[in-house]
Amino acid sequence: MGTETIATKTAEGKRIIVKKPELLAPAGNLEKLKIAVQYGADAVFIGGREFGLRSNADNFSIEEMAEGVQFAEKYNARIYVTTNIFAHNENMDGLEEYLQDLERVGIWGIIVADPLIIETCKSVAPKLEVHLSTQQSLSNWQAVKFWKDEGLERVVLAREVGLEEMLEMKKNVDIEIETFIHGAMCISYSGRCVLSNHMTARDSNRGGCCQSCRWDYFLYAEDSKDTTSNKSVEEVKLFDNDDAPFAMSPKDLNLVEAIPKLIEAGIDSLKIEGRMKSIHYVATVVSVYRKVIDAYCADPDNFKIDPEWLKELAKCANRPTAPAFFENTPGYQEQLFRNHSQKTTFDFAGLVLDYDAETSMVTLQQRNHFRPGDEVEFFGPEINNFSQTVDKIWDEDGEELDAARHPLQIVKFKVDKPVYPNNMMRKETP
Amino acid sequence: MNKPELLVTPTCVEDIESIVHAGATAIMIGEERYGLRLAGDFNRTQVEEAVRIAHKNHVKVYVAMNAIFHNDLLPELPDYIKFLNDIKVDSIVFGDPAVLMAAREVSPDLPIKFHWNTETTATNWYTANYWGRKGASRAVLARELNMDSIIEIKENAKVEIEVQVHGMTCMFQSKRTLIGNYMEFQGKDLKVEGRSKDRSLFLHDPERDAKYPIWEDKNGTHIMSPKDICIIDELEEMIDAGVDSFKIDGILKDSEYIQKITALYREAIDLYLTNPDEYDDKKEYYIETVKSLQPPNRDIDTGFFFKETVY
Repeated sequence: MGTETIATKTAEGKRIIVKKPELLAPAGNLEKLKIAVQYGADAVFIGGREFGLRSNADNFSIEEMAEGVQFAEKYNARIYVTTNIFAHNENMDGLEEYLQDLERVGIWGIIVADPLIIETCKSVAPKLEVHLSTQQSLSNWQAVKFWKDEGLERVVLAREVGLEEMLEMKKNVDIEIETFIHGAMCISYSGRCVLSNHMTARDSNRGGCCQSCRWDYFLYAEDSKDTTSNKSVEEVKLFDNDDAPFAMSPKDLNLVEAIPKLIEAGIDSLKIEGRMKSIHYVATVVSVYRKVIDAYCADPDNFKIDPEWLKELAKCANRPTAPAFFENTPGYQEQLFRNHSQKTTFDFAGLVLDYDAETSMVTLQQRNHFRPGDEVEFFGPEINNFSQTVDKIWDEDGEELDAARHPLQIVKFKVDKPVYPNNMMRKETP
Repeated sequence: MNKPELLVTPTCVEDIESIVHAGATAIMIGEERYGLRLAGDFNRTQVEEAVRIAHKNHVKVYVAMNAIFHNDLLPELPDYIKFLNDIKVDSIVFGDPAVLMAAREVSPDLPIKFHWNTETTATNWYTANYWGRKGASRAVLARELNMDSIIEIKENAKVEIEVQVHGMTCMFQSKRTLIGNYMEFQGKDLKVEGRSKDRSLFLHDPERDAKYPIWEDKNGTHIMSPKDICIIDELEEMIDAGVDSFKIDGILKDSEYIQKITALYREAIDLYLTNPDEYDDKKEYYIETVKSLQPPNRDIDTGFFFKETVY
């Protein structure tokens, strides 16, 4: 324990990282899975139609999972399936068949919170790795050891665990550790919040969370009054109507600048949240973290954060971000009051389907309005980001268009540099 | 038919005699350092005193160690468990498996028992039995279950089953100091100095016109249900099924209230067991009596016992 080799020296005496962490990305559907893998994720986590949280996401049929696995295998990427509900009695039906299906189509592992699913998986689908979900709010190394002794391959830590605590876990227990590095998160201990159950009769621990924590409330104090016969209370509103209401909305997690520390700590898997997010979000976040991890591992001693990476991440952010519990317990600066979300600074405008090198013409699937004269940006795993002024646009039949205004419409126009299928085009939000 | 245990949470040592007199057959206490959302904070001396009083009256004592622990408290756990075992506390209430690990460290076969209580995540009988195999003698069920689920769990459980029948329930726990953060954000912390600790704060949700008690302590920020569960008139099904323990949670209530509610449930349980028809006749009286005891602005409801949640 704690003796893993993380770094070594080359013959020339240069330090390099040999234990490269897995970059784990979310995917709400097959399209997102493919994008995540192409943009550099080492593994992707997806949800099935049952037993997972995020019942609002598209989620995968078994057939789609099989296709996803086949696609990912070409890139040596693994697929994990979230089966992290806390099951009620009636949720036991069909569980065994489901887990056997996952095993059959080549899913690498499942992310689980409920011991019911852990034990069922071990007995009916033993080839699946079992990873403990953050829903268990795992916060100390003895609990980590407990799950190691139970035969789990990996644990996902509580969002409340900081770097020092992770180091101590690594030192004391020989088990893979996965931790969140980017995305939205619960402000409560995960698995311990039932606001949604109370307020909307939607079960948060079975995928129904309505995010009541992000609503506005008003803080009052109760002053007891002991009048002669009747006990009564006076309710005092603590702030004025023009003050920001009480809110519990956390900023999104962003640990891009902490990646070196996480790598040196030997953390095994770095996880991006967001199965509900767009392909533009997944592509942007995955490609930035891919670059950060690769750059650090290749030459840790001369590593510097490139300001472009931070700018790039900001282009898909829909909330301000913060490092949460990584170093300290977060204060009010890491919460959102009044303005719960910020407008994204860039819109996803198009997905590259094809490029003709002879004519320099890109064929693009429209994802947002753009017109000739617009300044757009292309990005993708094969290219360096570049800006482009859109010139004439044509539709599939060669008809010139005054604007690309129909979602998913196929359009063509000239670009200055080569692009590749599944590269993306974004446009600054007006 | 088995008589279910009536488990009550006293606010202080002085409450115990009166609660026992009112008919409690078990009490749950604890120290805020190790336990969550307690009716009162009991240090070691007070726990010892509580055990003395309770055992003299043949009442069991359970001590809460159900916090979500971080590394920093791990070194203290074996010593606290050893202490509780030595003073003959009947059971330790835990949620974090670190408590089981610490207990094994003390001795692999401690006489003290363990009750599994993670609150929100105790939702099926298989998992209740799983924790039974890991050393728990009892599972405390999530409050978000309906009556049918509770009965089905009891029918399939190899461990004792405890159900909260009365009082407030927890809806949310954050490690963050959310009240303090809000005060600081407003820059008006002086105006409300000391308020965050005295448990008199609530959040108002205008959309539902609901009030949620909120406070901060060592374990973070806690938000509680807008109404108190009260199912004093719906006990028969669970008694028939053999549910082992009924809990009255006294958190944020005064001693007099806890004692009177305990007496009322004692009467209702005993009456159902001896004369079910008469229990049936008195249901309305029980509900009306509870309503008359409720603090101002605090209603009762049946929680999730008869409610279906979707997802």
